[in-house]
Amino acid sequence: MQRIGVFVCHCGTNIAGTVDVSQVAEALSHEPGVVYSKDYTYMCSATGQGMLKDAIRDYNLTGVVICSCSPRMHENTFRKAAEQAGLNPFMLEIANIREQCSWVHKDMAIGTAKAIVLGRAAVAKVNLNAPLTSGETAVTKRALVIGGGIAGIQTALDIADAGFPVDIVEKKPTIGGKMAQLDKTFPTLDCAACILTPKMVEAQQNENITIYSYSEVEDVKGFVGNFDVKIRRKARYVDETKCTGCGLCTEKCPMKKVPNEFNLGMDSRHAVYIPFAQAVPKVATIDPNYCLKLKSGKCGLCSKVCSVGAIDYTQKDEIIEEKYGAIVVATGYNPISLDKFDEFAYSKSKDVISSLELERLMNAAGPTGGTLLRPSDGTHPHTVVFVQCVGSRCEANAEKGKEYCSKICCMYTAKHAMLIRDKYPDTDVYVFYIDVRTPGKNFDEFYRRAVEQYGVHYIKGMVGKVTPEDGKLKVQASDLLDNRQLKIDADMVVLAAAIEPDKSARPLATMLTASMDTNDFFTEAHPKLRPVESPTAGVFLSGVCQGPKDIPETVAQAGAAASKAIGLLCKDKLKNNACVAESNEMMCNGCSQCEKVCAYGAITYVDKEFRMPDRTTQVRRVASVNPAVCQGCGACASACPSGAMDLKGFKNDQILAEVDALCR
Amino acid sequence: MADENKELKMPDMNYAKDEIIRISGVNPRKCMRCGKCSATCPAYDEMEYHPHQFVYMVETGEIEPLLKSKSLYKCLSCFACIDRCPRGVEPEKLVEAVRLTVERQQGNDHFTPDSLAEFYDDDMPQQAIVSAFRKYRK
Repeated sequence: MQRIGVFVCHCGTNIAGTVDVSQVAEALSHEPGVVYSKDYTYMCSATGQGMLKDAIRDYNLTGVVICSCSPRMHENTFRKAAEQAGLNPFMLEIANIREQCSWVHKDMAIGTAKAIVLGRAAVAKVNLNAPLTSGETAVTKRALVIGGGIAGIQTALDIADAGFPVDIVEKKPTIGGKMAQLDKTFPTLDCAACILTPKMVEAQQNENITIYSYSEVEDVKGFVGNFDVKIRRKARYVDETKCTGCGLCTEKCPMKKVPNEFNLGMDSRHAVYIPFAQAVPKVATIDPNYCLKLKSGKCGLCSKVCSVGAIDYTQKDEIIEEKYGAIVVATGYNPISLDKFDEFAYSKSKDVISSLELERLMNAAGPTGGTLLRPSDGTHPHTVVFVQCVGSRCEANAEKGKEYCSKICCMYTAKHAMLIRDKYPDTDVYVFYIDVRTPGKNFDEFYRRAVEQYGVHYIKGMVGKVTPEDGKLKVQASDLLDNRQLKIDADMVVLAAAIEPDKSARPLATMLTASMDTNDFFTEAHPKLRPVESPTAGVFLSGVCQGPKDIPETVAQAGAAASKAIGLLCKDKLKNNACVAESNEMMCNGCSQCEKVCAYGAITYVDKEFRMPDRTTQVRRVASVNPAVCQGCGACASACPSGAMDLKGFKNDQILAEVDALCR
Repeated sequence: MADENKELKMPDMNYAKDEIIRISGVNPRKCMRCGKCSATCPAYDEMEYHPHQFVYMVETGEIEPLLKSKSLYKCLSCFACIDRCPRGVEPEKLVEAVRLTVERQQGNDHFTPDSLAEFYDDDMPQQAIVSAFRKYRK
């Protein structure tokens, strides 16, 4: 028989306001096994914990029930205190009489009665509890960063700096991400490439970092500290180890009319290409959708001109397998498709462009060499209209657009407007805004500079429609402060498109069993207090995959995610969950039901020799649980038809005892 | 149309706001004041109060000026504002609800069979006549 101590917490008036705590303590003192029962104002305080420890020693307690807040809150606190007093921590149970009782009831009599019943159920369970010990597993001291944009690069650099090997998996032929496509960065207007490319080179040269470009994560198995990851290295038909990046093949390739995705399709590239001059790794990639040799077997020019023999048309996708202790997700974002926004004539006129397209048009390495020209006729625009919040801040479940604010558009639009006015003072620039949202260091000052110093016309209102007519764009818009409808003949319209998580994020989240919100942003373990960790242990979040953010914030978060990953990699051993499944081999009939429902691959079947009562031996196929992999979800225990599988700490008889106590 | 200068019968104003919100099914609090409705309105210049003002004035309870406004009969019911509104506010439904609130008062019909002859010609589609009766009569 257990010797159980019951402690009923007042939680100030949080519990005591609706539950007669002394009556609960009195009622539970008569339960079987209970030798001590007391109530106290704050059990989680040092005094409360001291009371618990003293009682364990003085009354030789073998089990404890704390009637208090949710176990999510203080189960750890109390179990630690019990352990310090020499009790196995798993001999302590919490009866949640706050969230599940006092907070949801108003009537003292009802609240008290329910608290007694909840306490009684916990006592019934503790009577059947057995001491448990957690196993330990080693940590693989290697990190995986998924995504090679500024978020992924910064995270990898920081982890590598701490001395751990890191692999970056990037699906494009080069790392750099969106930042590589930007012209200038707010609020300092330094050139994006000038501050990004040194980091890209640093990542390439760092001996702790391996870059898998043109590669994708194919499969993730395992758990915190011990992930098994399959990475698909897509065939680029060029031997990365031989290619010197001289670019001769790209010049000679006869397929010149391939839309250049780096310049958002505003110019073309060859079928064999290097995305941009500072690409890392600087090696060529053959686009199999356009290469004549790969499509029809004729051509092979690139192979002929390559002096180092790097071209290999027979290359196949390769799967590599690697073990990691920590995974950082940095999958980034894309602007939403603007095809559905008919009112802005995006698909009708070439001169209606997205802000990212404008970045390329303003960039010295872009399709116009940095001169702002209309894509339709190559003339200099004299009137440019910017439209903010295109597809951002829409109603929930909008057919086109997102409910959230994309956060970066106000600042980059101010930047664009300012740069155009600076370079081309003869150009009139209008910005239509709903709200100007520029919180951030030197951000509002930056926006005001666009208005006051550069004379950008900021107009409170939205553009209703854009009609292409005689080479002009007729813009009809609201000026709400003047209560007027404006009609502007513009040469160019720039749409600040909402941003959305990259499409690869959703399937990746499924592989990682990491949770996402309805917009496909990864969710944090706690929105305020654990902002860079996924609720899935060992998975960390960096950059826009977690929510819209600008470069300074992304870099800060990348560093934070890195430090969390380093904290994990520094540990030699990780304590496993003690509440894992175990199989009673004598009862197991070898049906494989448990193996099928296990989401973590923790169950395997083994042939085992058994001595039978008649002294013969028999070989039977039985389930065996790997406690290091088991997450304690209990799916196997409920699937088992013979009652052989059970979950430690939540055994079937313990749960039934609780149910009996609740129904008494 | 009927005499535009005649004195209209007005409903109780406290009642009118709730009634307009009820019959339109519009929640004006959803509006984020972007003005895209008025930016897109083809009858903007004809209207004394513009679509975004209908939303704002119904929300703040300034119903009387709306009830008296000629804007009610200038709205083309083209639904452009409904289509473009990013927040799904549906300003046109408010214009219609305000108009119905006026027309449902006794003797406030804005269009009678007698006045039909005044507008009728061979080019007028029958649908326009039906629509006019639906829009301007109780």
